Parts: sequence; C-alpha cells; structure tokens
Amino acid sequence: MSLWEYANPKKFLTTSERVMPYVWAVSLTCLLVGVVWGFFFTPDDYKQGSTVKIIYLHVPAALMAINAWLMMLVASLIWLIRRHHVSALAARAAAPVGGVLTLIALVTGAIWGQPMWGTWWEWDPRLTSFLILFLFYLGYIALWEAIEDPDTAADLTSMLCLVGSVFALLSRYAVNFWNQGLHQGASVMRVGAITGSDTSEKVSNVFFYPLLTCIVGFVLLFVALVLYRTGTEIRARRIKALLARERIAS
Amino acid sequence: MNALLARDLKLALRAGGGFGLGLAFFLIVTVLVPLGVGPQSALLGTIAPGILWLGALLACLLSLDRLLALDWEDGTLDLLATAPLPLEAAVSIKALAHWITTGLPLVLAAPVLGILLNLPAPGYFWMVVSLALGTPALSVIGTFGAALTVGLKRGGLLLSLLVLPLYVPTLIFGAEVARRGAAGMDIATPALMLAGITAATIALLPFASAAVLRVNLR
Repeated sequence: MSLWEYANPKKFLTTSERVMPYVWAVSLTCLLVGVVWGFFFTPDDYKQGSTVKIIYLHVPAALMAINAWLMMLVASLIWLIRRHHVSALAARAAAPVGGVLTLIALVTGAIWGQPMWGTWWEWDPRLTSFLILFLFYLGYIALWEAIEDPDTAADLTSMLCLVGSVFALLSRYAVNFWNQGLHQGASVMRVGAITGSDTSEKVSNVFFYPLLTCIVGFVLLFVALVLYRTGTEIRARRIKALLARERIAS
Repeated sequence: MNALLARDLKLALRAGGGFGLGLAFFLIVTVLVPLGVGPQSALLGTIAPGILWLGALLACLLSLDRLLALDWEDGTLDLLATAPLPLEAAVSIKALAHWITTGLPLVLAAPVLGILLNLPAPGYFWMVVSLALGTPALSVIGTFGAALTVGLKRGGLLLSLLVLPLYVPTLIFGAEVARRGAAGMDIATPALMLAGITAATIALLPFASAAVLRVNLR
C-alpha cells in the first residue's frame, strides 16, 4: 500500500468519493459553528468594536490562499517528476479555488481596513504581496486555459508554478523594503506564543477558539473543493477520450 | 554561439526587426507622463526614477513577443533544438541579443529622458547603474515568458499577464536604487539585491526557458 496508488485515476475517484461526504460535512459544520460562534457569541473588541469579527473569514482565507499555492507547487513537482496525470489535474483544480480565497482575503481586509485604518487600500507589504499572489493565480489559470494539448499545458503550467513560486517569494521580501506597513504581524499562531516564551500581543482565547474552528473549516472546504474539482476534471478528460474514440470508430 | 548572436542582432537591426521600437516607446511614455500629471517640476523630479523604470520595463515587454515567435514560425527553433549547441545556450544568446537591442539603448537613453522629467542631478549616475544592472534580468525573465507562450496563436496579452508579476522584484529594487540615488541616500542594499536577482536569473532561468521550449517543440 503506497501513496502512489492514488495516482491511478480510478482509485483516486473511488477513494475521494468515499471520503468526500465526510470532508464536506465536517467542513460545513465547522464553518457554520465557527462563524455563528464568532459572530454572535464573542464579545466586541474594546477598541475595534464588532469589526474585529471579520477575522473569522479573513485569516483562514489568507492562510489557505498561500497554502493552496504551496499545494499546487507540490502537485506540479509530482507531475514533472513522476508524471501522474491526477497530480497535474489537482493543481489545475486548486488554482481557481486559491485565486478566489486570495480575493476573499483582499476584499475582507479592505472592508475591515476602511473603518479601522481609514483607507480601503494601502501599499503595505502584506497587502501588496497578496495582490501579486492574485496576479500569479490569474496568469496560471490563463495559461491552463490557453493551451489545447493537455500534456503540454500541464508541463508549461508546472514550470510556471515553479518559477512563479521563487518570484512570489522574492516579491514578498522585496515589498518589505518600503516600510514596516500598517498590517499587524502574526498574532494567531506563533511558536513562541504557544510555548509561552513570547508573551507579547496575541489573540485572546475568546476569539482564538472560534477562529481555530473556522480555520479547520476552511482547510477542509479547500480539500473538498479540490477533490471535487479534480474528479470533474478526470471525468471531463474521460468524456473527451470517449468522444475521440467514437469519432475514430464511426 | 557568436554566429547566432550576430544573426539575431542583424535581424533586429535590419528588416524592420523593431530595433528602434522599444526606444521610441520609452520616449513616448516619458513624454506622455508630464502631459498626464501636469508640468510641476518638483513633482516630476520625485516620480522621475519610477517613471523611467516603468517605461524601460514596458518597452522591454513590448518587444518580447517577437523574441522567439519569428524563429518559431519559420522553423529556426526546431533547427536550434537539434543543433549541437545546447538549447540552454541558444536561449541565453537570444536573451543577450534582446538585451543588446532593447535594454542597452534604454540604459543609454535614460539620462537624456531624465532631463525631460527634471531628474535631480545626483540621480543620473544611479539611474544608469540601476538600469544597467536590472535590464538584463528583464530580458532573461522575458525570454522565459516568451518561451512559455511561443506555441500560442495570440499569446501577446497572455505573455504580459505572465511576465509582469515576474518583473515585480526587479522593478521594486531597481526603482528603489534609482530613487535613493536621486535622493542622495545609501543605495548599497537594494543595489546588491538587484545585482543578485540579475545574476541568479542569468544563471538559472535559461534552464527553465530551454525546458519549456523543449515542451513546446515536442
């Protein structure tokens, strides 16, 4: 029993179909509980009022936007090295999901920033690098759509994902150059904060537990969506193959 | 390699290869900016480094789609791929030829256009240095983008969409060097980062470009 068995499309489909209902159920439950808990059963922040509650959408979306790109990077590497088609299709399936999550993070950030910072948009390093990440998603999706031959498309987009990752990281450090920016640093998951060595600003536990529930919900939602979309891609390719075979036969 | 370089340069210089095109585009962008933002010389002086960098970047982008497309159409790339010269070297030469015909004229023209934008006096030297350091990276990154989209019928717009995000770090550090130079500040850190990006892209990206080109030639 090796991990590579799931590279077989048939095996992947049957397994993912068995797993998917549970993933969907847990993810939606977590999201519902987390959002309701966060929105209605936590106190308002004494400075930010109720606007702080957008954190339950903003932080998980931003987290998953980056992780989606990482997942695409791993899937692209697997495709380039071992040439499993399911891997390339999973990367393709993840791209629009990641792009939408990036957009959610940007939009919720703007909605929060308007009352809190007094501006919808600021050329802050974190904001700028997210916008650049969004552009990378757009380019990646556009390249997939533009090329007809599926294998060529998979190869080229994988290479773009590899090169793009390096440049996205570079951009992240390059924008740091301007200033420290408005956006706060990480205050949710810090190694120091958990081990107790770091007692500076940290999100209070009142907000942390619903946030954690939302994060779990978003992670599982991403997994469910990618599994679902990969299944769709596999079926679409099968239909194309069937049609081609029929055309040859007739 | 020399023959290939000479051929590419000749093709660019003669037969309407678009040698002056990038330069003319650069000129027009810089002329249009004061018309757009108004002729206050203090304002122009502060934004001049950024405008010059942006103009150079767009001029580079403009000439990318003919970098490989013509050779793709007439089959030269197929011959190059089967030639004893490694494809990586051929791609590097193409990037070099692109830089000599597009990047180098931009570097030389930048001080003249700086006068039009009222660039502060200490800025000229660092403007030229930053462009000289940065434009090779633009050419090499652009070659990768051109190799990605060479097989597409109308790849021009897609090429811009793919290449522009890749240009971000180069633009940030390059414009930062020029801006700090114009303001008389210390430029060491961004200049070193810019040089590092250029060196790394020249060393590594031709391999990616050649790999992508092989996929497209398959």
